[in-house]
Amino acid sequence: MRNRLAPLVDALKSWEAVLVLILLAVIAVNSRIAPGYFSVGNQVNLFVLSIEKIIVALVMTLIIINAEIDLSVASVMGLAACLMAYLYANGVPMPAALLIALLTGLLAGLWNGFWVSYVRLPSLVVTLAGLIGFRGLALVFVEDRSIGNFPEWLNRLGQRPLVGPFPLALLVFFVGAILTVIILHFSGFGRLVYVIGNSAEVARYSGVQVRRIKMTLFTVSGVVAALAGLLYAARLGAVRGSTAQGFELDIITMVLLGGVSIFGGSGTLWGVLLSILIILNLRNGMGLAGFSAHVQTGVIGFLLILSVLIPNLAAAVRERLRLRRLARGERLATTPETPV
Amino acid sequence: MNWLRRRFQPEQIRELVLVLLIFALIGLFATQIPNYFTARTFNRISTSVAVIAVVAMGQTLVVLTRNIDLSVGSIVGVTAYVSGRVIMAYPEMSPLLIVLVAVLLGAFLGAFNGVMVAYGRVPAIIVTLGTLAMYRALLVEFSGAKSVITNLLPQWIIDLSRLNAFTVGELQVRLLVVIAVVVVILAQLVVTYLPFGRRLYAIGSNPEAARIAGFPAQRIVFTTFVISGALSGLAGFMFLARFGNITVVAAQGMELESVAAVVVGGVSTFGGIGTPVGAFLGAVLIDMLQQSLIRWLAISEFWRDALLGLLILLAVATDAVIMSRLRALWARHELRVEPTPVQKEAGHA
Repeated sequence: MRNRLAPLVDALKSWEAVLVLILLAVIAVNSRIAPGYFSVGNQVNLFVLSIEKIIVALVMTLIIINAEIDLSVASVMGLAACLMAYLYANGVPMPAALLIALLTGLLAGLWNGFWVSYVRLPSLVVTLAGLIGFRGLALVFVEDRSIGNFPEWLNRLGQRPLVGPFPLALLVFFVGAILTVIILHFSGFGRLVYVIGNSAEVARYSGVQVRRIKMTLFTVSGVVAALAGLLYAARLGAVRGSTAQGFELDIITMVLLGGVSIFGGSGTLWGVLLSILIILNLRNGMGLAGFSAHVQTGVIGFLLILSVLIPNLAAAVRERLRLRRLARGERLATTPETPV
Repeated sequence: MNWLRRRFQPEQIRELVLVLLIFALIGLFATQIPNYFTARTFNRISTSVAVIAVVAMGQTLVVLTRNIDLSVGSIVGVTAYVSGRVIMAYPEMSPLLIVLVAVLLGAFLGAFNGVMVAYGRVPAIIVTLGTLAMYRALLVEFSGAKSVITNLLPQWIIDLSRLNAFTVGELQVRLLVVIAVVVVILAQLVVTYLPFGRRLYAIGSNPEAARIAGFPAQRIVFTTFVISGALSGLAGFMFLARFGNITVVAAQGMELESVAAVVVGGVSTFGGIGTPVGAFLGAVLIDMLQQSLIRWLAISEFWRDALLGLLILLAVATDAVIMSRLRALWARHELRVEPTPVQKEAGHA
């Protein structure tokens, strides 16, 4: 009986279960303080307000599980959006401008990937340089202007529902989430991502093409970030040099709160999807309750620290209990056995 | 080559190259930017460097232990704002007391980071990413959307940023710059001569070994975060003196600038390698480049950040490729055993 229940008990003790509980608590509070919280409009809106970040968070999950990090995503989003706007304002037809912007994202990803996987520089530094540099390139294109007046079809694509109540960006997220789950949890590639994250050295000696996989991940991250930047531009209808600035912190917070280890090798996309739901609902609820965006970010930052601190403390307590039990056990063992 | 090897460590060569690069760039800008070689340019750049250099010193100590402090920008913002409000409320307060308030507040905020990292065993990047947002949120809440405005500050703090410590020829060296240089020298002395400083390198090189060797690693890591916070507090006060106007977004992004300075200065993000003087040179290089590119008319000022990103990458790439070779060369020569007399004779025969 106990054995059959064991997997269930383990599942309940997992980080994902904790996340589900937090999510339910947040939803319960939200539904009490905000009338109309459960309406389809609010639910879609809740996603749409951060849709670009959560699309990028999907790829970021793979990168962090792979024991790397990509700080440059928000700058790539800004670069793609600014380049698209700049090209369009200078007479390039919109489809071509979109394509060139996506290609730029690809190049940015290749650039990061090259330095990380072939020159073996720490990704923290490479993508920090990217964070500053790609944002700088974006500024070169738009300077201190704001560029808008995109064609009507692009604005409609960014702002209006496409299928049922869902706009294009939300559909992209759904498809992306399903694809990422399949790739990470049901494919050989996904297994290799975990293996490399646990130990790149072991993976390399086992004949895994570590460099190629890292390269692939950073390239995909660049393209997806560019796509997200374009969706963001289409939703807002205009871009500036500071478009999407600072998004990287939110994106990384979503991934880490989802239980993905910053040292790589562990975590699931289920956890990240749950943490995305928690963050979106928390922001939605706090927004409805009148808290400023800064305070929302602060609360999420606090939650991020707690998400690692509490399991650590729990482990420490459990360890101490185990030691005490061991010590007691030893005392018992040393007392002479009584004959039966 | 032998002469070079006997007199210098690879790190010193790297610092020498940074100094040469800084002078070469100054030479280049002098030919391109009109009125570059003036006392005003020196003042503008040196006071700007002073603030970021102080922050970079704290960052250096933290990075040496294989951690990172992303909350420094928020701490500078909070301390600048709070000390500004304190001055506005008590204009009669002694300047030293205000500095103390800023430093203690910074140290307190740093202590929270330190407790979480050292005793809570939460990775530094997670803790400081969280406090980056938390401290900024506290500032926004506390301020009630009110700014510190120059007009409401007493005259002495406005004069402070223009106060000269001494003059060399035409160049005036501001008091803020002297403070920064003193901090850099102290940091260098600490990591070179104090047991605490040497242990930073030990912990950064191999945390596990340092722990087994019996170093109080937790306490040391905690202390580095407190120092980083305190120095950010000092920088916050200097920031207030320099700008006067403090909004709730003051010093946003300074965490990235300080990490960039430290990395360009040759401090490894894997810990255990690098010096405060190197980080200071990194800060000078980055800030000088930023301040000068704004005034270089041939290049749009908007190229500034793109070039900066490239510079950081190149600095680290050279470091990885060339410095590892240099270190290997030095190590090989140190390991080489002096030939015994017998071998020498054999060589002559």
